[in-house]
Amino acid sequence: MSDRKPVIVGAGPAGISAAVTLVAAGLTPIVLDEAPRSGGQIYRRPPPGFTRSRQALYGFEAAKARRLHEAFDALAGRIDYRPETLVWDMRGGALHCLSDGRSSEIAYRDLILATGARDRIIPFPGWTLPGIYTLGGAQIALKYQGCAIGRNIVFLGTGPLLYLVAYQYAKAGATVLAVLDTAPFAAKRRGLPGLLKGATTFAKGLWYLASLRARGIRLESGVGPIVAEGDTSVSALRYRAADGVEHRIACDGLAFGFGLSSETQLADLAEIPFRYDAVQQQFLPAREVSGRTPVAGIYLAGDGGGIAGADAAELSGERAALALLEDRGQAVDKPHLAAIERTLQRIAGFRAALETAFPFPADFAAAMADETILCRCEGVTAGEFRRAAAELGAAEVNRAKAFTRCGMGRCQGRVCGPAAAIVLAAALAVPPERIGRLRGQAPVKPIPLAVTA
Amino acid sequence: MPIRDTADAQFRRLAEHDRPVVRFAIDGRPCEALAGDTLLTALLVNGRSLRSSEFDDGPRAGFCLMGACQDCWVTLEDGDRLRACTSFVAEGMRIVTQGASDDER
Repeated sequence: MSDRKPVIVGAGPAGISAAVTLVAAGLTPIVLDEAPRSGGQIYRRPPPGFTRSRQALYGFEAAKARRLHEAFDALAGRIDYRPETLVWDMRGGALHCLSDGRSSEIAYRDLILATGARDRIIPFPGWTLPGIYTLGGAQIALKYQGCAIGRNIVFLGTGPLLYLVAYQYAKAGATVLAVLDTAPFAAKRRGLPGLLKGATTFAKGLWYLASLRARGIRLESGVGPIVAEGDTSVSALRYRAADGVEHRIACDGLAFGFGLSSETQLADLAEIPFRYDAVQQQFLPAREVSGRTPVAGIYLAGDGGGIAGADAAELSGERAALALLEDRGQAVDKPHLAAIERTLQRIAGFRAALETAFPFPADFAAAMADETILCRCEGVTAGEFRRAAAELGAAEVNRAKAFTRCGMGRCQGRVCGPAAAIVLAAALAVPPERIGRLRGQAPVKPIPLAVTA
Repeated sequence: MPIRDTADAQFRRLAEHDRPVVRFAIDGRPCEALAGDTLLTALLVNGRSLRSSEFDDGPRAGFCLMGACQDCWVTLEDGDRLRACTSFVAEGMRIVTQGASDDER
């Protein structure tokens, strides 16, 4: 069994560097990725026939994107790479995959999960209208398709991605009307000492900000409750400014997000225990800085095990691969391991400062109006979800899901989960870690019924 | 050959105009997209939405664009369903946005 190929799920920065490391040690990993091309979300590559330069697509990150793309492409013939492959279940020591409409099983002994992250959102009235996208979605429209999500666009939310995507849109020639940050100015000041420790990243952030300001784009901090208006698509955004004054901006595109949330479904199916992470305000699979988990042979790398960003993802992919090699009895360079771990710890400190500077506005979720659609898959409102807690006695999030179908739809709670947990916790007046987490369930994404038969 | 944006379209092309034209249909209406457009892009440079919510809370036009939210599944005339953000438009495709998804009720 020791010759069984290690399996890597995901071909973003973490998965790529894990593959590079395993190949360098003489192994031939199987790399499974849902996307048609490697790069993950951050270094996502446009379809064939697109001609913009890496500089145009990735800006400051162009050199990193190039290095990772070329490193992965150089593995051709030395890895078993399976793009457009969804891992939809894990059981009995095998991954159940779907590719081109056909299901297959891959037995594994060693597995590196590098499943990445998605936008973390909080619903507000009107958020399901056409023209309203996540920040990551808006970035994909531009990077992957050369399109803007509208003609007159507002960016809203908090975190580094807010300013990055707004900057990318403005630079590409889109009309950016405003960048509205829910983080109060005071929070940013509190986060400043920690942010300065990530000097390069911080400098890039200042550059985006300065560039937006130089273009005369409206920038606000401490923005309050939000309402989107529109009939067949978004037509305006209403919000309360930090000084309490209500504003209305006519727009036909709105991108929003409040940081990122880890994609943990496969870690859950792998039976890795979860713990509540107070910084990220999410239940996360347990992992050591080495990437090892309490389940022997299963390693976590990148944002799928906790949000730390692309640079950390790359390092943690290498670290997890080295842990895998070590556990297979191969000699590894111990000082190098220690150096990686020190860098990862330093980045973790920077991430904590980011969460301080751009806090997740949990109070928005707690105060969500009853008529707001909480679960866009099943059309469940915040009020219906609260009633499940109050009248039906759902003291735990899976119970509330069973009563309301919130989180039971096609996205399996990926979209509504973080906010739903806060709505329920607030309704029950308990801390969010007390109400549990939505359990991952196979198939982790919709698949044709014939496949499961 | 670049094609013009449709006046009542959600998405606006900013770059990558020089790709071959792909002809397809939305509810029987002949439309044009470009090779390499996802189905989501192809629909939203020709209109405002992809489908109606099964729960009568209005039109939908996708949300995450990365295959996570599952908001952008569309129906073809032959009954096949595709996730629009991760599927590419192809010559001759016929998309149905009206009266679809009844099987989901």
